[in-house]
Amino acid sequence: MALAAQKTQQTADDGTMEPGGTLLTNPNVKPAVAARAGEPAKMVSRQVSVFYGQKQALFNVDLDVPSRQVTALIGPSGCGKSTYLRCLNRMNDVIDNCRVTGDITLDGENIYDPKLDVVMLRARIGMVFQKPNPFPKSIYDNIAYGPRIHGMAHNKAELDDIVQTSLERAGLWNEVKDRLAQPGTGLSGGQQQRLCIARAIAVSPEVILMDEPCSALDPIATARIEELIDELRENYTIIIVTHSMQQAARVSQKTAFFHLGVLVEWGDTEQIFTAPRDERTQGYITGRFG
Amino acid sequence: MLNKPGDHIVKSFDEDLKHLSNVIAEMGGLAEAALTRAVEALVRRNSDLATQVVQDDKRIDALETEVGQMTVRMLALRQPMAQDLREVVAAIKIASDIERIGDYAKNIAKRAIVLSTHAPMKPAASIPRMSQLALQIIKDVLDAYIEKDAEGARAAWRRDEEVDEMYNSLFREMLTYMMEDPRNIGPCTHLLFIAKNIERIGDHATNVAEIVYYLVHGRSLDEERPKGDTTNVSIDD
Amino acid sequence: MTDAVLMTPVAKLRRPDLSEGRIRRRYAAERRFRLYGMLAIGFAVFMLGFLAITVILQGYSAFWQTRIVLDVNIDPAEIDPQNTRSPESLEQGNYQAVVRNALRTQFPDVTSRADRRELNDFLSNAAGDKIKRMVLANPALVGTTQHVDVLAADEIDMLAKGRIDRAVPEGDRPLKDQQIGWFDKLKQDGRIVSSFNVGFFTTGDSREPEQAGVGGALMGSFLTILTAIVLSLPISVAAAIYLEEFAPKNRITDIIEININNLAAVPSIVFGLLGLAVLLGFFGLPRGAPLVGGMVLSLMTLPTIIIATRAALKAVPPSIREAAYGVGASKQQVVMHHVLPLAMPGIMTGAIIGTARAMGESAAVLMIGMVAFIVDIPKSITDPATVLPVQIYLWADAPERAFVERTSAGIMVMLAFLVLMNAAAVVVRRKFERRW
Repeated sequence: MALAAQKTQQTADDGTMEPGGTLLTNPNVKPAVAARAGEPAKMVSRQVSVFYGQKQALFNVDLDVPSRQVTALIGPSGCGKSTYLRCLNRMNDVIDNCRVTGDITLDGENIYDPKLDVVMLRARIGMVFQKPNPFPKSIYDNIAYGPRIHGMAHNKAELDDIVQTSLERAGLWNEVKDRLAQPGTGLSGGQQQRLCIARAIAVSPEVILMDEPCSALDPIATARIEELIDELRENYTIIIVTHSMQQAARVSQKTAFFHLGVLVEWGDTEQIFTAPRDERTQGYITGRFG
Repeated sequence: MLNKPGDHIVKSFDEDLKHLSNVIAEMGGLAEAALTRAVEALVRRNSDLATQVVQDDKRIDALETEVGQMTVRMLALRQPMAQDLREVVAAIKIASDIERIGDYAKNIAKRAIVLSTHAPMKPAASIPRMSQLALQIIKDVLDAYIEKDAEGARAAWRRDEEVDEMYNSLFREMLTYMMEDPRNIGPCTHLLFIAKNIERIGDHATNVAEIVYYLVHGRSLDEERPKGDTTNVSIDD
Repeated sequence: MTDAVLMTPVAKLRRPDLSEGRIRRRYAAERRFRLYGMLAIGFAVFMLGFLAITVILQGYSAFWQTRIVLDVNIDPAEIDPQNTRSPESLEQGNYQAVVRNALRTQFPDVTSRADRRELNDFLSNAAGDKIKRMVLANPALVGTTQHVDVLAADEIDMLAKGRIDRAVPEGDRPLKDQQIGWFDKLKQDGRIVSSFNVGFFTTGDSREPEQAGVGGALMGSFLTILTAIVLSLPISVAAAIYLEEFAPKNRITDIIEININNLAAVPSIVFGLLGLAVLLGFFGLPRGAPLVGGMVLSLMTLPTIIIATRAALKAVPPSIREAAYGVGASKQQVVMHHVLPLAMPGIMTGAIIGTARAMGESAAVLMIGMVAFIVDIPKSITDPATVLPVQIYLWADAPERAFVERTSAGIMVMLAFLVLMNAAAVVVRRKFERRW
């Protein structure tokens, strides 16, 4: 009895056995992981290519960013991960001779629709940059600027409330509450970066893009930001570009690996860092030549 | 002095990993030898050889400690990822399995010393066959580890069933002997434990096979391991 | 052999040459290099110092004016023959004669007509003006004798300041021996005094050096520069912002950019000719008015300010723009809220330096008639006026010995003005400058 059961089980197993195949070596094949049940994708990219003049920087990227999770984009320098990130809030519009093809949707709405207001889009998709770049204004004004230009507060009390809430969420309130009138540029690097995150949060975005937010910070400041990212995940969809694989592993739930402008592989962070499917991912993650 | 494709950019990392697998291979070799000599001591009723086996187990334990230290150091300093991470984790687990195999061999040797004072038993003849089978599995599994051969590991893994079956038949044979003459109960119990130890060695070898499979593919051999040990059922009968 | 050499991969071990001679040569080269720099600066400082000292030595005396102290009997017969004491009547009085009489009482032995004329030459023909002002302010003074100092003629002024060489033969100098004798007597009596020359800053131009001042030219310069700033600053800042931030980068903007850069290098006389032909000839604007001068100078400062503004805008770090775009600011908000405030010190510096350049400009304003001899101080931008550099040019051209010191004094006033403006540029830059 038992033996018979084993036999059938074995054959069934043989049938499903397959070597760890790569899903994206052929760019025409859509990733099988694209639609995962129970996880509504916040931003969906299909066949996204980016050209700088004649030079193509990104090739047919298909990527689904799940809602309220952290998606990390990793890859060697010049692999197109930052370029892709900047497509998501149309920051590439600012650059001359940059052309984007393909579709990117936010909650099913095409963000490259000519009728869509790019300013409103950027209010929905906030951004934090590599180098902390607070405005050369007071801490208060740094946070209040976004809500002011978007008419989010009708009086001083409302604005104060937004400033306080944003700083609290960014974990900076206790450190700066007594010196809101002092310039934001006088803070330490890590505090400045948290100020920038607070500034992004202040306009209540749905998605926050982070372009190597910790590359200029020391490990303690980095840890604070990572902890903050983990907390923000409850309310925001976060996409983070990082050069530190450890950081991607620590903060993200999904990881996407870019190489030479191609999205090579993406999936659960755990899977990418323990058992990547693609040779190139494996080579990059383990520090080998590929 | 150039890196070959597939090598790490940091060359000393490759050296560390190489050293780690060499230590595992050495442990495996020692465990194999321990089992072979323990069974030989049993068959030849050579208590000196058996004592030697008991002594030599210390070497395996020392190597396991070394693997433990090396892996901790690599985890702390190299922060291995993906394949490398699996290799380091696999090394810890395989080392612990081999150490257990060594312990079982030591156990067999101890019992061989005791048995050498008793009259020879007939069922003892099937013990070498069983150990031969277990040894072959260990050897195949270790080869699969060195070669990163998941299929080899898988094939060896399946053969554990035969060891289990052999154990079952030996178990029944022992029961018969003990029922025949109560004076046989003492030596037979020792032989039974030896057989059980060899069966456990086979289980540890399959553990190693599973680890090798995970090491290569990054996912576990998730099908249920074939169970040949039906002695529980037999007793219930 | 060569193969063998190529085969050996072990490169010869090369170490840095740390020998003492080499290090000494390196330090010597460095010292030489520093010396060249110091020489260059020394030369520049020497030339500048030489220029400044020459100007100051020649011009400092113009800030003091020689006056003659006299006991003036305000004779009603001379100033109010009808004896009405009405302001109209007092206005008509011959105050110069009153002063002349007072001087003659000092020299009772001077009787001949010719000598008396020479004695009268001691007084400026504006000497009576002071008495007139006193009397008009207080008619009760008529008939009294007042102890007053009156303006001396330019030659007496020169003599008092030691700029007339007494050793020169009588025929070659403007004053005769007997005049020098009278001067010495007056000096002995303590009647030659020197006081701060307020009139130099308050009066307009004059044919008489002792009466000439830079007041008119200062006012003219001020009005002209004001017009130029009001016109050029908004236009050029707006143009620069559009070109830098909004304009697409294509052939047309390239051509515009090249033209702006070329405009900065066009000789100022061309702008003057343009003003003459277009503003005066075509639009018929008043000749020599600060309005026209300001328009011409604004054309000149335009490219300077545009270039400075664009450089200042470019220097604003892109991270600030990105930050503003990132929170959803529109392009115009990014520029107005962030880029422009940060570029402000650079823009202001460019504007002030451009204006300072326009301030020292003469060729362009010469062409539109701001070179005329104008005694009145301009009251509006349509009154005929002249500007400081042109005034300096006019005085430098005048034959009288006394105009030499006025020229240098004019230069000093103008340099002070420019230093003030450049200092303002530094202050503004410091004030607006922010770290990021």
